[in-house]
Amino acid sequence: MRHIISVLMENEAGALARVVGLFAQRGYNIESLNVAPTDDQTLSRLTLVTKGEDRVVEQITKHLNKLIEVVKLVDLTEGSHIERELMMVKVRATGAQREEVKRTCDIFRGQIIDVTPTTYTIQVTGNEEKVNAFMDALSGATIMEVVRTGVSGLARGDKTLSL
Amino acid sequence: MTQAAHEPEMLSGGEMLIRSLKDQGVEFIYGYPGGAVLHIYDAIHNQSDVKHILVRHEQAATHMADAYARASGKAGVVLVTSGPGATNAITGIATAYMDSIPMVVITGQVMSHLIGDDAFQETDMMGLSRPIVKHNISVRDPADIPTIVKKAFYIAESGRPGPVVIDIPKDMTMPNEKFPYEYPDRIKMRSYNPVKKGHSGQIRKAVNALLQAKRPIIYSGGGVILGKASKELTQLAHQLNYPVTNTLMGLGAFPGTDRQFIGMLGMHGSYEANMTMHNADLILAIGARFDDRVTNNPAKFCPDATIIHIDIDPASISKIIQADIPIVGPVKPVLKEMLEQIEQSKLKVDNDALGLWWEQIEEWRQRHGGRYRSDDSEKMKPQHVIETLCKVTNGDAYICSDVGQHQMFAAQYYKYNKPNRWINSGGLGTMGFGLPAAMGVQLNYPDAAVVCVTGEGSIQMNIQELATCKQYQLPVKVLCLNNGYLGMVRQWQDMNYESRYSNSYVDSLPDFVALAEAYGHAGIRIESPDELEAKLTEAMAITDKVVFIDVQIDPDEHVYPMAVPGGSMADMFLSKTERT
Repeated sequence: MRHIISVLMENEAGALARVVGLFAQRGYNIESLNVAPTDDQTLSRLTLVTKGEDRVVEQITKHLNKLIEVVKLVDLTEGSHIERELMMVKVRATGAQREEVKRTCDIFRGQIIDVTPTTYTIQVTGNEEKVNAFMDALSGATIMEVVRTGVSGLARGDKTLSL
Repeated sequence: MTQAAHEPEMLSGGEMLIRSLKDQGVEFIYGYPGGAVLHIYDAIHNQSDVKHILVRHEQAATHMADAYARASGKAGVVLVTSGPGATNAITGIATAYMDSIPMVVITGQVMSHLIGDDAFQETDMMGLSRPIVKHNISVRDPADIPTIVKKAFYIAESGRPGPVVIDIPKDMTMPNEKFPYEYPDRIKMRSYNPVKKGHSGQIRKAVNALLQAKRPIIYSGGGVILGKASKELTQLAHQLNYPVTNTLMGLGAFPGTDRQFIGMLGMHGSYEANMTMHNADLILAIGARFDDRVTNNPAKFCPDATIIHIDIDPASISKIIQADIPIVGPVKPVLKEMLEQIEQSKLKVDNDALGLWWEQIEEWRQRHGGRYRSDDSEKMKPQHVIETLCKVTNGDAYICSDVGQHQMFAAQYYKYNKPNRWINSGGLGTMGFGLPAAMGVQLNYPDAAVVCVTGEGSIQMNIQELATCKQYQLPVKVLCLNNGYLGMVRQWQDMNYESRYSNSYVDSLPDFVALAEAYGHAGIRIESPDELEAKLTEAMAITDKVVFIDVQIDPDEHVYPMAVPGGSMADMFLSKTERT
């Protein structure tokens, strides 16, 4: 099963390496991972997506919690939550394709953020499913480059992951 | 009335490091100098509170510090230089990590501005050590050194203990750059708060299950020793009259000569301990981690048992075997609360069921019960050597073992009645551990009888430390069970490879007696069982120098019982010809 684990940790050199190292050492898989400082500059928030049996994911959260620099964490998929990912795609946009790509982009409420006579760079945000669907919808076009941030998320309602 | 403002002393980074160790109460540090730590070594030279023990190889420094921690419960301290000094310490750090031993390892590093340039003796110790430490810290500002040292000890010794590495670039210790020194009383960290007690509701559930058991067993591990809860464990076991088995790491937590003790369990555990585990309806696991050397095949593990698991580390619970009643917490307060709740409980131990259970256990004990003489020959049996050692030391010596058959014999046939007396590398299985471990214990307990039980394979992995013994007058006894083979490898080759002894024969052995004498020690060779007890007694009576006791043992002996691979705990080879 897919899990989104959100981790609040000390914004210190080496902390990220510990998290990544843990996954490598214990043979856990990471689908995506992102990290950046929060409003409190001493804290970073890291979000990672992993897949595994419940038993394995339980071990993952326990081991993450054991890392000295991890302050708190939550498995967002245990409750109702919001997740978003940002993707930028550079597509060949010439001839008939130029209009077609634009239409597809509009349908997915994407934005064209860079234009040349032969290319569009499109930004799409959404959950993983929507971003994947957009990729599928572009299958007729020539995709030159794709970059995705990986998933970020937080719990719905009053629940927060904070100190 | 005015009070003079407290003026902190101005010290260099190197001086602050050593002063911090002193203020932490450290008496000995174990290490080896080199370029990146020379400022620190100069700071050591200029004081006399913290004494430095110069080993002959950095790995030995780590094992000395580790064994001190195992015997005393306090973190041992290691100081090595960058590059090869640091990499040589790696095996010892991993050894401590696998057995949850508190240790603070200070490694030198090249100057900050050279890091990443492949400078002379540079190695990324932060990266190298990361998977084998509880935590590691790199010093970036000399002013932080006292806080970092305090933090390192706090992390190493609290919660589930473990080694902590402090990596110090040389420019953090410059003698001419002084900083105000103050050693903090305590450390508070928002991201690290080890649990202080168990959940009372969970403990209540556990007590209810415990008192309703018909076929119970207490399975206790190294966590009881680390958690200093031997007294509580013994009290609980006596109060309930339940059988007790210890893991390899847990030996001595419950008295080895107690009627309720049914021996070590696991791969080379006693027949009765493994049978009792397999047939139990309730297992109280205390500070033990269901290691693969204990459980055999987890799918066939103790099919009828309800499992109560007490551990300070939540990640150890339900990792291998699903716990029915998990209790996260330090063993000592959890056991204390358990004892209180048992006192108050309306339930009482089912003595009828327990009587039948003990009858069954005694029957198992009679059936095998530590039997080892598979033939009537006059050969020297290693088991007999350990039994004799136990006799001549009144079961009261510190036994520091190396790794292999001799380790298992020392675990099976020496009766440990006290915790912290059995010192061995259980998790990592590090050959070469025994001699430096014995030295670390002897240094800190100068009047104690300390014996390194080893083999001719293991001892040669750190034999250079015989020189350190001489330099610091550490009169350890080295009991070498010499069979000319890497015994455990040979045993596996006998059992699984039709006795094809690929590289398990140790050719060209030195004359160990002459070698010991060359280092300035005494050496004794024992070749016949007739002279064993007299010569061992003689060796143990020499308290002012190292005695290397080279015992020529039967090379054909195997360690039994031995778990049948892939089987349950009840599946054991009992001798070369019998199995369950």
